[in-house]
Amino acid sequence: MRAILFFAAVVLSSPAPAQDVTGVLKRDFHARGQATMDRVEQDALQRVCTEFADQPPAELAKLLEADQMKTLVFPAGSLLGDWKRGEAIAQSGRGATWLDPKNAPAGGSCYNCHQLSPQEASYGTIGPSLLRFGKLRGNGPEIQKYVYGKIYNAKAYNLCSQMPRLGQSGTLTEQQIKDLVALLLDPESPVNK
Amino acid sequence: MAEPMKIRATLKGDLCDVRVLMVHPMETGLRKDTNGAVVPAHFIQEMTVKVNGRTVIEGQISQAVSRNPVFSFRLNGVKAGDKLEIAWLDNKGERSQTETAIA
Amino acid sequence: MRLPAVFLLVFLFAAPGAFAQDSKKEIEKYQRMIADSSPAELFELQGEELWKKPQGPRKVSLERCDLGLGAGVLKGAYAQLPRYFKDADRVMDLETRLLFCMTTLQGRDRAETTRTVFGTADKPSEMEVLSAYIAGLSRGVKLAAGTTQPKEKQAYALGKQLFFHRAGPWDFSCASCHGEAGKRIRMQELPALGKPEYARPVVATWPAYRVSTSEMRTMQWRMNDCYRQMRYPEPEFASDATVAIITFLSVNARGEPYRGPGTKR
Repeated sequence: MRAILFFAAVVLSSPAPAQDVTGVLKRDFHARGQATMDRVEQDALQRVCTEFADQPPAELAKLLEADQMKTLVFPAGSLLGDWKRGEAIAQSGRGATWLDPKNAPAGGSCYNCHQLSPQEASYGTIGPSLLRFGKLRGNGPEIQKYVYGKIYNAKAYNLCSQMPRLGQSGTLTEQQIKDLVALLLDPESPVNK
Repeated sequence: MAEPMKIRATLKGDLCDVRVLMVHPMETGLRKDTNGAVVPAHFIQEMTVKVNGRTVIEGQISQAVSRNPVFSFRLNGVKAGDKLEIAWLDNKGERSQTETAIA
Repeated sequence: MRLPAVFLLVFLFAAPGAFAQDSKKEIEKYQRMIADSSPAELFELQGEELWKKPQGPRKVSLERCDLGLGAGVLKGAYAQLPRYFKDADRVMDLETRLLFCMTTLQGRDRAETTRTVFGTADKPSEMEVLSAYIAGLSRGVKLAAGTTQPKEKQAYALGKQLFFHRAGPWDFSCASCHGEAGKRIRMQELPALGKPEYARPVVATWPAYRVSTSEMRTMQWRMNDCYRQMRYPEPEFASDATVAIITFLSVNARGEPYRGPGTKR
């Protein structure tokens, strides 16, 4: 409730945007393949982050992050999957585009933004390096939960992060996320060697 | 019908730097198209360079060369106004020939 | 014992940096090598032929097309696009204007003309060869996209809003990748296109020949493929949205001497 009131107050007091961007997207874009038009509807988080150019006021951010946290669905039992499968998922940039078949397994596109295994030289720098992630932080239940949660919904931890909500958007399955958790935390994973 | 080549020949004293751009798919015969069918090999096999009708370079080209190849070489003993002719023959028997005067 | 440990630590930190610098130098060397005698020139030749070819129900060529400097004037025309056109009452980029000339001058049907706007290695599209040809005739000319007409200002503002607008299943805006300087996606450097310093060298080298796919690619294609990778639905070719973003980028790049068509990876 407080979040909505705060948001409303902030939105009403800020200058009106020049043009209705969502309206433009609805007019000028069309569905293709699995990329349907519902994708241009902004949710509250996207509206807030756009409105504040990814720097929302701290109070508002905390409230909305808490909302995002509510979407996190943690599987029962161990969150560690298979790091070998995790590496393949991290390498793959496929999925969710209008050229991808709708029900084909997607990848995590992790190497687009992050360094992971030291053997992979072709890595992006949009996100921080994840080299030695598990080695530096351990691999107990707490850190497993954090990594799983971050991949499932990165916005629960940092509201306007550029990292996609890979679990919440339905891009990755529960097993795929567990495999990525293993890639980061398993002592046998190349990330930690 | 073969596409034309683009030749650039620049004379510096007695030496002439020649660059030629060719249009050719240079298919290796190993590639498969989107339907899974093998794309047949189609590549330049021979190339000749002549100055004033005299052959100065004979090249054997293979499918290792990529699409729309660029060749560059240096000729000596040529002068402005000399006729430069470059020709190729591919594995399907298609030919192309372009002439230019050395500037 | 301490000295070897310190040495090892320095080496570990230095090595990734040194590697990154070496690979950057190699990439720059590669770019210089492929730019010389680029196959892009072949597309320019094809574009010249197509420009002069009579087509459509009216059986006329595009030679009377006005790209902003007068009917048929091509020298420097690309560099002053996008701009407002009174006859269409719209801001138009090159491809939008070509489409306009194809439909009005040549009498061609819009659906037929836009059926394959993005070609393949075996068959480049009309838009691609024409763009290469016309862009080539702006070599050396300073970029000067329109900024004074009200619709030009509106297009810039919309383009800027679109650039920072977060949407789609992955919450991406253009700025998600192009918002911060010094970043890269895999090994591809990402220019921070909202700033003139970074927009200039980029806008000055599109359209471009892509060596890896043997294809000439245009700005409309770049908009299309970016939105695909952003997991959005597909933008309409030559729509106001695409023209707005191209306007935003081109205005940010104003003043830069145009040096395309470029050659890229």
